[in-house]
Formats: sequence, C-alpha cells, structure tokens
Amino acid sequence: MINKSNPKISSNNLIRTLQRIQEKHGFLPKDSLIKLSRDTRSPLSKIFGVATFYHQFRLEPPGKVTIYVCMGTACHLRGNAENYEFLRRFLDIRPGRSTSSDGLFSLEKARCFGCCSLAPVVKVGDTLVGKATPRELQRVISRVREAILRKEVARGGGGDRT
Amino acid sequence: MMRQEYWTLMDPCCDYCLHSSDNPCARYVTCRMRGPFCHKSVECREKRQQRVKEVLYGSQGVRINIGASSCGLAAGAERVLEAAKDSLRSIGVEAEVSAVGCLGLCFMEPFIEIRSEDGPSPIYGHVSPENIGDILAKYFEEGSVEGAFAIRRRTGRFKDEDKVPTLDELDVWRKQVKWVSRNCGVINPESIEEYIVTGGYEGLSRALTMKPEEVIEEIRLAGLRGRGGAGFPTWLKWKICREQPSDEKYVICNADEGDPGAFMNRLLAESDPHRVLEGLIIAGYAIGASQGVIFVRAEKPLMAARLEKAVEDARQWGLLGENILGSGFSFDVSVMRSAGAFVCGEETAMIAAIEGGRAMPRQRPPYPASRGLWDKPTVVNNVETLAHVATIMAHGWREFAKYGTERSKGTKMFCVTGSVKRTGAFEVPIGTTIRTLVYDIAGGPREGRKIKAVQIGGPSGGCLPERLFDLPIDYESLQEAGAIMGSGGLVVIDDTNCMVDVARYFTSFTLAESCGKCIPCRVGTKALYDRLSAIVEGMGSQEDLQLLEEIGLMMKEAALCALGGTAPNPILSSLRYFRDEYEAHILEKKCPAKVCSKLVSYVINRELCVKCGLCAKSCPAGAITKTADGFFTVDESKCIKCGTCVITCPRGAVEKR
Repeated sequence: MINKSNPKISSNNLIRTLQRIQEKHGFLPKDSLIKLSRDTRSPLSKIFGVATFYHQFRLEPPGKVTIYVCMGTACHLRGNAENYEFLRRFLDIRPGRSTSSDGLFSLEKARCFGCCSLAPVVKVGDTLVGKATPRELQRVISRVREAILRKEVARGGGGDRT
Repeated sequence: MMRQEYWTLMDPCCDYCLHSSDNPCARYVTCRMRGPFCHKSVECREKRQQRVKEVLYGSQGVRINIGASSCGLAAGAERVLEAAKDSLRSIGVEAEVSAVGCLGLCFMEPFIEIRSEDGPSPIYGHVSPENIGDILAKYFEEGSVEGAFAIRRRTGRFKDEDKVPTLDELDVWRKQVKWVSRNCGVINPESIEEYIVTGGYEGLSRALTMKPEEVIEEIRLAGLRGRGGAGFPTWLKWKICREQPSDEKYVICNADEGDPGAFMNRLLAESDPHRVLEGLIIAGYAIGASQGVIFVRAEKPLMAARLEKAVEDARQWGLLGENILGSGFSFDVSVMRSAGAFVCGEETAMIAAIEGGRAMPRQRPPYPASRGLWDKPTVVNNVETLAHVATIMAHGWREFAKYGTERSKGTKMFCVTGSVKRTGAFEVPIGTTIRTLVYDIAGGPREGRKIKAVQIGGPSGGCLPERLFDLPIDYESLQEAGAIMGSGGLVVIDDTNCMVDVARYFTSFTLAESCGKCIPCRVGTKALYDRLSAIVEGMGSQEDLQLLEEIGLMMKEAALCALGGTAPNPILSSLRYFRDEYEAHILEKKCPAKVCSKLVSYVINRELCVKCGLCAKSCPAGAITKTADGFFTVDESKCIKCGTCVITCPRGAVEKR
C-alpha cells in the first residue's frame, strides 16, 4: 500500500507525471491523458483541471522553437510589451493562436526569469536574449530560422541520395 | 554516485577517520577545518590545511572565478569561461578556472575575479570572449590590474593598483552588509567542499548539540522575521508547529519566487544552495519534522538543479538522511519543480500543489503550522529566511541582531531594477532608507532621466513617490505608506514610465494569476483591469477613480488569500500619490509620460527623416504616405497607434507627441 502522507511519493504525484509526459512529447497529447486517467483511476476531469491550471502545460503541439517573452515588471517598463507585439507581427501569428503560420515558432508570455537586470529579456529556445530590441530579436530569430531550414534541407537532401 | 578521483576535504584524512553516512561522527563538520580531533597527526592536519588553500586559491595559487548563475549565463558567462581557459593556455599560465555564483552586481555581468592569497584580487565587469585575453595577459604578464572594476585589497605589488578603487571604497559595496549573501559570487555553488571551507554546516553542527527548544529560542533572540513578505516571526511559527502533537511534521522551503522584479531567492539558491539546505535541516530539527520539501518555481530551472545537487551531496556525506551527525535526528529532503502558477507562493496553495492538485489557497485558520501538508503540521519558510537561519546558528544571534531596527532585526536582500544605473541584488540592514538603496547603492537615475517613484513588493506592493524616499525600509513603515516590503523587489520608475500603465500592468498580472476560487479576487481583478484599460485608452471618467478605490478596498477586506487581498495595492497607492496622472488621462486625454499609445500621436520629424520610406512600408494600416516634397506624414485618422514606425525608423525620426 502506498503511504499517502510520504512526500517521497511526490515523484508519483500528478504534476510530476504530467511534467514527464510533456518532456517526452513537448505537449500533453489527449491520448496520453486518457491513458493516464485509466492507469491511475483518477477522473479525466481532474487531470484536465490540473493540466490547464499551470502555465507550463500545453495541450497543443508547440513550434520547433519556443520563444518566451518575459512579462515581468522590469521587462514591461523597458519595452517587452512592444517586443511581444513586434514578434506577433514578425512571426505572423494569427489572433488566438500561439504558433507561427509556418509552424516553426511558438510565442509564449513568461513570468519573470529573474534576470531583471538584463531587461527586457526574451528567451529564444534555450538562449536568453538580454536587453532585447526588435532589431536584435529579428537577427537572432532569422539565424535560428536559417539553422532549422538548413537542417531540414540537409535531411531532405540525404533522403534524395538514398 | 561517482566519487572524485582526488582527495577532498570531505574524505577521511586517514584510516583513523571512520565517518560515513552509515557511521556518522558528531564532530565531522568542525573536524574538516580544525581537525583531526580523534587522533594526533601533524601530517593529517597539514594535509587538510593544504587542501583548504587549494580550494580557496586553486592548486597553482591563482583561481579565476566567473559568475555563472542565470543572470551571468544570460550575459554570456559560458563563452567567457571557455575563452578564459584558451587564453590561459596561450599565455602559458596555469590557474584554476571556476564557475561561481553571483555577486549581486548584475549591471556588470558577466564578471570575473582573479583570486590569490596575497594578490589584490581584481574584479572585472562586462567581460567578453573578446577582451578576456587582454585582461589575463595584463594581469599575468604585465602585473597590472588596469581596467578592473575594483580590487579587494591594495598589495602594492601590482601596477595601477592606485588607479582602481577597492570594493570598500565604492558606495555600491560599502553601504551593503554581506551577511546572508557572503558566499554569493565567491564559492562554487556545486561544491559542498567549498561551502565547508567557508564555515558551512557549522550552524547545523551547533544546532544538533542544542535542544530544539533552544534553537527556537536562539532564533527568537535574533529577532528573525519571515523574509518572504509578511514578516511573521520565524520562531513563533516554529514554536506553534513544534507544540502540535503529531506523528509526522513537514517543513517546506518556499522557493517559488514569483514576484516580477525579485530574484534574491534565485540568486541565493543558485550561488549558495547549501546555506538554504542547511537552514531547512535546522528548521526540521527545531520543529521535529522528518521530511522537507523544496518547492521551486518552474521558470528557474538552474535554481532547482543546484538545490538538487546540494541535497545529493549532503546526503552522501551524512548531513542529510538517517541519524545526522550521530545526533539521532533523521531528516530527508526532496526537491519539487512547480508547473508554474504565481499563486503557488501562497502557503496553502503551495501545499495543494505539492499534493498534486490545482494550486488553490484555502481558508486560514487552520494555519499550516497546525494542519498543512497531508493535514500534518507544516512550516513553510522562504529561501532567504532559511539562509538566515543557517547563518544565525553559525555566528550566533548577537551578530545578526546588531543590524536592523528595534522591531525588525538583521539584513535583507533587495533587488533593484528598472531605471537605475546599477541594477542588482543588494543586501542592506533593515531600516536603510529607500534613498540610500536607490541613489547611493544603485547609482540613481540613468543618464538624462528623473526618478519619480519606486514600486516595492511586486504585484502586492505599492508605488512610493520620490518625496518619500527617506522612509526607512522596514515592515511597519512601508505598510503605513501603502506599500509592503514583500520579497524585496524594488522597481525604479522614471519620467518615461506612466503610473497608470504600471498599475494596469500589475492588475493584468494578478488578473491572469488569480486562481478563480473567490469572487472578490476573480471578479475584482477583472473589474479593476477593465476600468484601468478604459482610462489608458482615453475612455475613462472621474467616476472610474472612485470605483477603483471602492473595488480595491472591498478586495482588501474580502479576498480569500493574500494574492487577492494585496492585488489592489499598486492601484490604491498610485491613486494616493499620483492622482494627477490619472486625471490627465481622464480630463485632458493625455498621457504625460507618452506611454499609453492610444493617447499619443506619431509625428515624423523632418529634420531627422532621410526619406527612406521604411515607415510607410511597415505601417500595417497604410496610414503613412509620401508628401509632395518627398517626406512622409502620418494620417491621424488612419493611424492605429501600433508604434511599428517608431521601431522601424533607422534614424529615430518618428516621434511620440
């Protein structure tokens, strides 16, 4: 029997389980949640409730690279609201969506990264861009986009040869 | 876990030492530095002292520290570290290159420090892979400290020492008291050995020789109050929990630092994680808990990773686990990463999250100290509070109580960001004035700007105008003025920021983060946000101001938890001190700071315009057209005030009026 009051089992707690699923797939696929509900005998509504409560979880597949725009105070005062609007236009993200029309980039608002002294901060993939301006973001994103496309072309090219 | 191949101070000195996690020795910690105690051996003593030197200054006598916490890494510390190793190789110098935490001087990240026992230990700011070669060559080949931001001491043996200030001559350093942050930016946070060398775990060793009640008494004498915001006396929380009859108790470290603008917890836990862990173990001992949980914010993964490493290392050396240091006290810790929700910072919400559910606060009482995690008595303490606990136990309550005011003892870390010259995290005695912090330590306004307010305490805090800057920062003074100390984030606001926009920003934050359980918060934040939006868009009326106050006061009274109860603070305080700005938006339909885009118009300055036409091309509304003489003009009736033209113009010719 599992001792409910032992925090060591927090490795089996719902939030950790969902985190593991998201690590594997990049998002929480519906089928995985249904399976989880069956395996753990907890109602799907409860799992859905937890999955939608926390910012970290997403129910749709993300773009290849996720861009997080910090919405902390310092970043707001130093112009990240403008950066966010710029990125929506630059990445061509339709209203109500969070992924660019080419499926390469997801744009997310993030809470403070704790790098307020470098404000405004935008995170492109794993790279933190400090003192971000539209011009700098344009440069970084174009570089990332080229890298992705190059990789895809290389993969496509490899396919041709075989 | 793999053992290191070389001998460390943590290892047994010889076959006499039998300490292990299975066979703990009560004097293990103090023995590392001052031992050996159980046998007489000059050789073992020398071996240890030799190793201490090696840890402090590297095996070659010189050690290069590079600040590599989240902020340093964001500023490029990793590339600097690699470049430093390359440069040393090319000039033929052998020195240890070590990643350390953050000095709190974020304005000059990434930084390096060249440490040696008898050298000046210069610290350099804004180091890049391009200039690190020069810095190292100058130091090692020319014996010069030119270009350093500061040196730790004058030795008279290096060139240009008189051209560089010592740290103690700089306001930014001199006016601080490095109590809890003493190791930040000095030691390698991933090495338990370095923590031990700086006196680490001596507080725990001492606590374990005392009765739990005596530990609580020591914290009471110190006068430590919770550093997470509310300022509740730490000893009292512990005492209440200790007195609860229960077979199991828990202690939780609140590392869910969510206030935008506050990062002292991240800095502490990333730079000196063992200090936080040590405090947590002491707290567990004092209340009689056997389990601790560190709940870390999702957005701060490096903090979680370093705490996890600290837990693992402490366990390996018997500082965590069964029968810690032979005291009979057993305690273990697990680190849990949040999935991201601001409300988790509220203690009952955090408990709900650790239990695996939606993080919704519940009615208090019962307080967690009597019914908390899994309905067991639970103490929730903030990261900084726990780090203070460890430091107080190591150095005694008198040292701590030397600082601070009558009712609030000790020091507190503050993060100063926004419109100041030197942003960073600074530790000062409680009771220091806002002016000292903002002007002396953080260097005052940026070039050409004028500071008009500080926002203290994040979304739960308030804005204080410049004329109140002589107010001492302590729990009571701030509360009276309509702000709170909160976790200690100070965002400096200058004349280019609009107070109404700032209030709206914080409300958008609490609106998004409200968990939705109680109506005052769920509906109240939305109502506040809608009124503020109307005002910044020029559709507000005088009645709106009254409504803002009414809703705000209602929320303070009626909201379930502190998130809703403090959410109106930014609005109420700015209404109190900056009513004129609200009125300018309502009566004159003008934003004095030219921030609220609906209330500004865009004009192209012909003196700066180079007629490139990029603004016209980028305008999504087609509102910019070419005039007969080749210049461009904005059609007010078509303009949607998006500001794209301002961003696109290469000459800065598009102006807001």
